[in-house]
Amino acid sequence: MFTFILRRLAVVIPTFIGITILAFALIHLIPGDPVLVMMGERNLDPVFYKAAMHRLGLDQPLYMQYWHYLVHAVHGDLGQSISTQEPVLSEFLKLFPATLELSICAIIFATIVGLAAGIIAATRRGTVVDHTVMGAALTGYSMPIFWWALMLVIFFSVYLGWTPVSGRLDLEFEVAPVTGLMLVDTLLAKDFDAFKSAVMHLILPAIVLGTIPMAVIARMTRSSMLEVLREDYIRTARAKGLSRTRIVLVHALRNALMPVVTVIGLQVGTLLAGAVLTETIFSWPGIGKWLIDSISRRDYPVVQGGILLVATMIILVNLLVDLLYGVINPRIRHAR
Amino acid sequence: MALLDMKNLSVEFGSSENPFRAVTGVSLSIERGEIVGIVGESGSGKSVTMLALMGLIDAPGRVHADALEFDGKNVLTMKERDKRQLIGRDIAMIFQDALSSLNPAYTVGAQLMETLKLHQGLSGRAAKARAQQLLEMVEIPDAPSRLAAYPHQLSGGMSQRVMIAMALACNPKLLIADEPTTALDVTVQAQIMELLVNLQKQHDMALILITHDLAVVAEVAHRVAVMYAGEVVETSQVPGIFSAPRHPYTQALLASIPEHSKGADRLATLPGVVPGQYDRPTGCLLSPRCPYVQDRCHSDHPTLFATPNGAARCFFPLDDAGRPTHVQ
Repeated sequence: MFTFILRRLAVVIPTFIGITILAFALIHLIPGDPVLVMMGERNLDPVFYKAAMHRLGLDQPLYMQYWHYLVHAVHGDLGQSISTQEPVLSEFLKLFPATLELSICAIIFATIVGLAAGIIAATRRGTVVDHTVMGAALTGYSMPIFWWALMLVIFFSVYLGWTPVSGRLDLEFEVAPVTGLMLVDTLLAKDFDAFKSAVMHLILPAIVLGTIPMAVIARMTRSSMLEVLREDYIRTARAKGLSRTRIVLVHALRNALMPVVTVIGLQVGTLLAGAVLTETIFSWPGIGKWLIDSISRRDYPVVQGGILLVATMIILVNLLVDLLYGVINPRIRHAR
Repeated sequence: MALLDMKNLSVEFGSSENPFRAVTGVSLSIERGEIVGIVGESGSGKSVTMLALMGLIDAPGRVHADALEFDGKNVLTMKERDKRQLIGRDIAMIFQDALSSLNPAYTVGAQLMETLKLHQGLSGRAAKARAQQLLEMVEIPDAPSRLAAYPHQLSGGMSQRVMIAMALACNPKLLIADEPTTALDVTVQAQIMELLVNLQKQHDMALILITHDLAVVAEVAHRVAVMYAGEVVETSQVPGIFSAPRHPYTQALLASIPEHSKGADRLATLPGVVPGQYDRPTGCLLSPRCPYVQDRCHSDHPTLFATPNGAARCFFPLDDAGRPTHVQ
C-alpha cells in the first residue's frame, strides 16, 4: 500500500508543473494587462504605464516571469493580488471553505441519490421504474443549471417560502469563524438555530450544484451494475441461497463501484466549474466568483494562483480516488 | 423415495407468442448417493435444466414442470424464502469457470464464511475454524493463509477447490457440478475429478455431473442421461451405454471420442449443429443429422421407448451390434 501511494505521488509532480505552465500561459494569452484595466478609459500616461509595469515585473520576458512565478510558487508564495494587495493564498483560504462546504454537500447529495437511483433502475431493468428514473437523470443532465436554479428558487423560496433566496446565514446570527464551514462553526458555537439557518441556506445551492453529478452517477451506476449482475460470481451468490438484497448490495455493488468512483472523482472538476454559476445565482461567497472577477481585472497573480490551488484540490481528490480503488479492488492493491 | 424427482420440466425464453424452448419435457430422478452424468454437446440444455432446478432462471425465462420434488418437499409450490434455505444448503452447485465464479472483491475466507453464517448460523471464530477445515478437506495446502487470499491470487485448480469447499460447506444432499473441469489443465482435471468423487463417497451425497467428457462418465457415473436440443434422448445404466448405445446420437457421441479414432486420419464427427430456435425440425430433432434417418423420423416426434438398460427417444433404437432395429 505504501509503495502504491508513493507511485501515485510521483505522477503528481509533472502534472503540477504542467498546470503552472497552462495557468500562466492562458492568462497571458488574453489581450490586455492589469495596468491597462486599472487605468480604464483615462488617458494613458506612457511614463506611468512603464513604471507600473516595471514595478509589477511585467516588463520582463515571459519565460523570466514564469520562472519567478514558479520559484515563488514552490516556496509557497503565490504573490499578492494586484487589485487588493492581499496575498493570493490568504484570499483563497478565506473564500475556499464556502466553496468546499457547498461542493461537499453537493457531492454527498449527488452520490446518495445517484447511487440509489442507479441501483433501483438496474435491478428493475426495463420496467416503468427504470425508464422514469433514467428519464429524470437525463433531464437533470441536460438542463441548464441557471434555469434549474431559478425554477427551484421561484418554487421553494418565493412561492412556498421554505428556503432563503441567497447567502450562507441569516443576518441575525453571528458565528465566530473557526473552520470557515458554516455547518461546523454553528455546531461548534452550539447555536442550533444558526445551524438550521445554515442548512436551509445550503439545501438549494447544493441540490443545484449536485444535479449534473447526480445524473452522471445514476447512469454510470446503472450500467456498471447491469454489467456486474451478469457476472458468474453473481450466479454463485444466488446459488448460495443469499437474499436478493444481499446479492445486490454486497456482491454486486462493491464491484460495480469502481467506474462509479472514477466518475465521482471526475465530477469534482465539474463541481468547481459549476460552482461559478451556482455561487453567482445564490450570492455564495466562494472562489468561483472570485476567479471570474479576477480574470476580468487581469489580476495575473490571483488567476495563476487560484487556478493552481483549484487544480491542486482536483489532483488531491483524484489521488484520493486512486487510493479508494485500492480499497475497493484488491487486484489493484496487490499490483506490483 | 428418490432424492430428486423431476417430471416433465420445460424452460422457455423469449416472448409468450414466440417462445424458444431451451428445455422440453425433461424427467429425471436421482437416488441418494447416486452419481448421474448428463452429457450432450453445447446448446443441448444441460446447464439450463440444472439452473432451472436451482431456481436460477431469470425472467423473461419461464420454468414449467409437472413435478419437482426434492427430499420429499415440493419445490414448485415452495415460498421464495424457503427455497433459498434449500438452495446452497441441501442443493449446491459448482460451475465451469471457477475463477470468474468467485467474487473478486472478497477474500476466500469471507466467501466461505458467508455460506456458513447464512445456513448454519455460525459466527466469528466458529465460522473461521469451519472454513479452514473445509479448505483442508479439499486438500488446499496452507489453509489458514489461503483464507485471507483473494481469488486473483489463486490458480484455476485452486479456485475450483475453493468452489467445491464452498458448495460442500453445509453438507448438501445433492451437488450439481456443471463441467467442473473444462477450464482446467488436463493434469489438474484428473485431480479435481478424483477429489469430487472422493468427497461424494465420504459425504454420501448425490452428484449430477454435467460434462462433455464421456470418459469421465464411464469412470465415475452410475447412470447417464444424454441430452440433445433440450430433450433427454437416452438414459441408461453406465456400463450398458458404452457397450451398446441405443440412440444414434449417443452412438455418434461415443464415436467422436478421439481414442476411438486411433489410426484414422480424421476424427469421427456428426455433421451439422444442434438446431436453434428457427430451424427445429418437425419430427425427431436429430433427423437432419441422423445417419439412419427414415421417413417416419421426419414426420413424427418420438417419445422415450424402454430399452434393456433405460430408455431411448428413437423409433428405431440400435441393437447390440449398433444397427437400427425395426427397419424394413
